[in-house]
Amino acid sequence: MSALTLRQGPAATRVLGIGSTQPDRVVTNDDLARHMDTNDQWIRERVGIVERRFAGEDERLVDMAVAAGAKALADAGADPSEVDTVILPNCTMPTPIPNAAAQVADRIGITGAGAFDINAACAGFCYGLALASDLIRGGSAGKVLVIGAEKLTDVVDPTDRSTAIIFADGAGAALVGPADEPGIGPVSWGSAGDQVDMIYMRDHKYLFQEGQSVFRWATTQIAPVATQAVELAGLQLSDVDVLIPHQANLRIVESIAKRLRAQGARDDMVVADDIRYSGNTSSASIPLALDHMRASGTVSSGDVVLAVGFGAGLSYAGQVLICP
Amino acid sequence: MADKTELLTGLAEIVEEVAGVAKDDVTAEKSFVDDLDIDSLSMVEIAVQAEDRFGVKIPDDELANLKTVGDAVDYVAANSK
Repeated sequence: MSALTLRQGPAATRVLGIGSTQPDRVVTNDDLARHMDTNDQWIRERVGIVERRFAGEDERLVDMAVAAGAKALADAGADPSEVDTVILPNCTMPTPIPNAAAQVADRIGITGAGAFDINAACAGFCYGLALASDLIRGGSAGKVLVIGAEKLTDVVDPTDRSTAIIFADGAGAALVGPADEPGIGPVSWGSAGDQVDMIYMRDHKYLFQEGQSVFRWATTQIAPVATQAVELAGLQLSDVDVLIPHQANLRIVESIAKRLRAQGARDDMVVADDIRYSGNTSSASIPLALDHMRASGTVSSGDVVLAVGFGAGLSYAGQVLICP
Repeated sequence: MADKTELLTGLAEIVEEVAGVAKDDVTAEKSFVDDLDIDSLSMVEIAVQAEDRFGVKIPDDELANLKTVGDAVDYVAANSK
């Protein structure tokens, strides 16, 4: 019997470049209050959102993914021909067939790449980053483009104030490649399918979530996932420069930060609050926040970033990465 | 069963920490929503802290029934280990 040949990749990977995009249309809390029973103060107090971006009818998930992916390549100084795999975490692709990744790869100029979507809802980007890193380490891929892209306004009832004020549209991407020193730590991930009814598509049409239950889960169960990601990377919480929880709700973000600080994270750890001006963009929220924070100077190249995503499934994932 | 006066004192400390309401204002007859202006998410935070402090489970569907501070004290007194 012939023995199969296996490949072994490099020991370490890192994020080589990042990029993001958002629709031009800014929607303020006052805009929403014009056609539903809510107001600016109520929204700011409950979820911390000041404004968000909504895509137009002709602005599709794949269009935003192409823009974000191309920016990540440009940021890394990489040519599309260098990319051999495209992973597209999302949960709002309007058609199950075809997937988004293959057409997005083609439009960016990446030809013949392995391309697939994954759905881990708001944890999707961290799942995608883990897959990208391990595909490279395993020798299956050279450089992997991970693009979290969502058009949540397609699945949100515009008259439902429990969801319409929260969710928004956008895309964020990271190019992952081999590295001399580890720049992406091991993933801490899992799921709780017994709580599937906490976030789901009601009547297969509109996103529904049990707000209080999701809040309780996220504020009690996610900090330990983040802590484990730090331990798996061989670091201490005090080593973390930047915390980027999925931008679900500012009060969840602040609660996770508070728990981590009680366990040793630094008071001067930067905590992402990109939800204030981007809303909740599910699998796009973490790379959007990282890109915005680096652009504004609150995060610098080389910073130790702790990312943790959590959402429908329930599913969750976190890892440490070094900001490119 | 825990002493209700002690429970009220403990609960008032939690409410003060979570919602910034002075603990002396947290008295048994007060409504969490109408009198203390505590929203549904802060109620969850109060419940989580009360669970840790008093060794009791307060599921979300039970939480909805706790309208006043006194309701919460009674629930904890009846259900704590």
